Amino acid sequence: MSYLPRGTVYGTLLNFRSEFEALRPQMDQAPYKAPPRAPVLYVKTANTFSPHGAAIALPPGVADVEIGATLGMVMKNATEVAGCVLMNDLSLPHASFFRPPVKFKCLDGFLGVGLQVRPADPATLRIEVRINGELRQTVRFDALVRAPANLLADVAGFMTLGEGDVLLLGCDAPRPRARAGDRVELHSPALGTLSNTLVAQAS
Amino acid sequence: MKQARVVHEGRVQPAVERDGRLLLADGRSVGFDAVTWLPPVAPVPQPRTILALGLNYADHAKELAFKAPEEPLVFLKGERALNGHRQRTRRPPDVRFMHYECELTVVIGRTAKKVRRGDAYDFIAGYTVANDYAIRDYLENWYRPNLRVKNRDGATPLGPFLVDRADVPDPMNLALRTTVNGKLTQSGHTRDMIFDVPFLVEYFSSFMTLQPGDLILTGTPDGVVDCRPGDVVVTEIEGLGALENTIE
Repeated sequence: MSYLPRGTVYGTLLNFRSEFEALRPQMDQAPYKAPPRAPVLYVKTANTFSPHGAAIALPPGVADVEIGATLGMVMKNATEVAGCVLMNDLSLPHASFFRPPVKFKCLDGFLGVGLQVRPADPATLRIEVRINGELRQTVRFDALVRAPANLLADVAGFMTLGEGDVLLLGCDAPRPRARAGDRVELHSPALGTLSNTLVAQAS
Repeated sequence: MKQARVVHEGRVQPAVERDGRLLLADGRSVGFDAVTWLPPVAPVPQPRTILALGLNYADHAKELAFKAPEEPLVFLKGERALNGHRQRTRRPPDVRFMHYECELTVVIGRTAKKVRRGDAYDFIAGYTVANDYAIRDYLENWYRPNLRVKNRDGATPLGPFLVDRADVPDPMNLALRTTVNGKLTQSGHTRDMIFDVPFLVEYFSSFMTLQPGDLILTGTPDGVVDCRPGDVVVTEIEGLGALENTIE
């Protein structure tokens, strides 16, 4: 049996400097009016879970999706991390971050989930993203806006994570795009491979 | 039928309401005071999807100086946000504005994928009451309402009962009211929802498959006020019951 999250999966926006800097010019303007103070989180619901090897269906009319290569920290308890897992936090492209991204991020199948949870220091890990075999992105987790321990501490300041909950470390910008028919592969030497194929949903 | 989940003598049990008492699964009948109340939804095998609506009443949208949304404003919660009837919700010491939100809550009863509006009620197990507290001091304009406002431990009481769909002929025709320390502070009516229950089931299931036990909190009407430590807040919906919570 491959791993599937047993708790709530929380994603993190703006935890990569590249992503933060790209939005920085807009942050003081409406609708945001200020840079975020607390971690900006969202939820990846159970209907989004796609195990390794599963096809992920894109709704009719959707040309391409953003690939979100990231690490999930799987919690052992409120403060300790059991291990890390590869995750592909898919998203429909969206330009506004003012309202929660439910209809962009919570479509059926929109979270690729790696096979195994393994103890690892995220700062030492990298993820290579290949689309149809071509290397499109290499993500490292050693220079985040909030390093894993800081992110966990700041999140714990307003909510308690529990056993089985998962906190995603965020996605580097720009995110690669992929479309129906593409094979998307995330590979990390320490965590293995997460591969999913995008398919067009029958309308 | 009105179903509850309670802790009695150290054991979690389902219970049903009978003549103002609780009939436990083990056959005993006990008073409402003899148990600790849990959210009235059984555990589910997958992480529970908890959808919540903002600005879903015309009057509340107006009160908050927004124009009515053209599509549902929805956010999500984790299970740890839930709390039971007669429990306590913490108000952090530094905040200036924490308010209740009395909300009709839909409990999904069957796997719901691409459900048509006309069939929506077939996919509902029943209804309960939520008090979707918000701490407005923590609002930020990033994925607003942000989780720091809406996903706090135990800050979303749910209950007392899950009332079977069959016992609620028209969920779009129910009065809602909230009292603080016995004083009426909020009254509204589900007929004033902008996006009604069948629409919401159709809309969400059009892109996300919902499972039995998943929840839709349908938003709150006008009349939210600040609540202080010690305040007893009762959110009540006609036919569903009165959900009590104390701020600490």
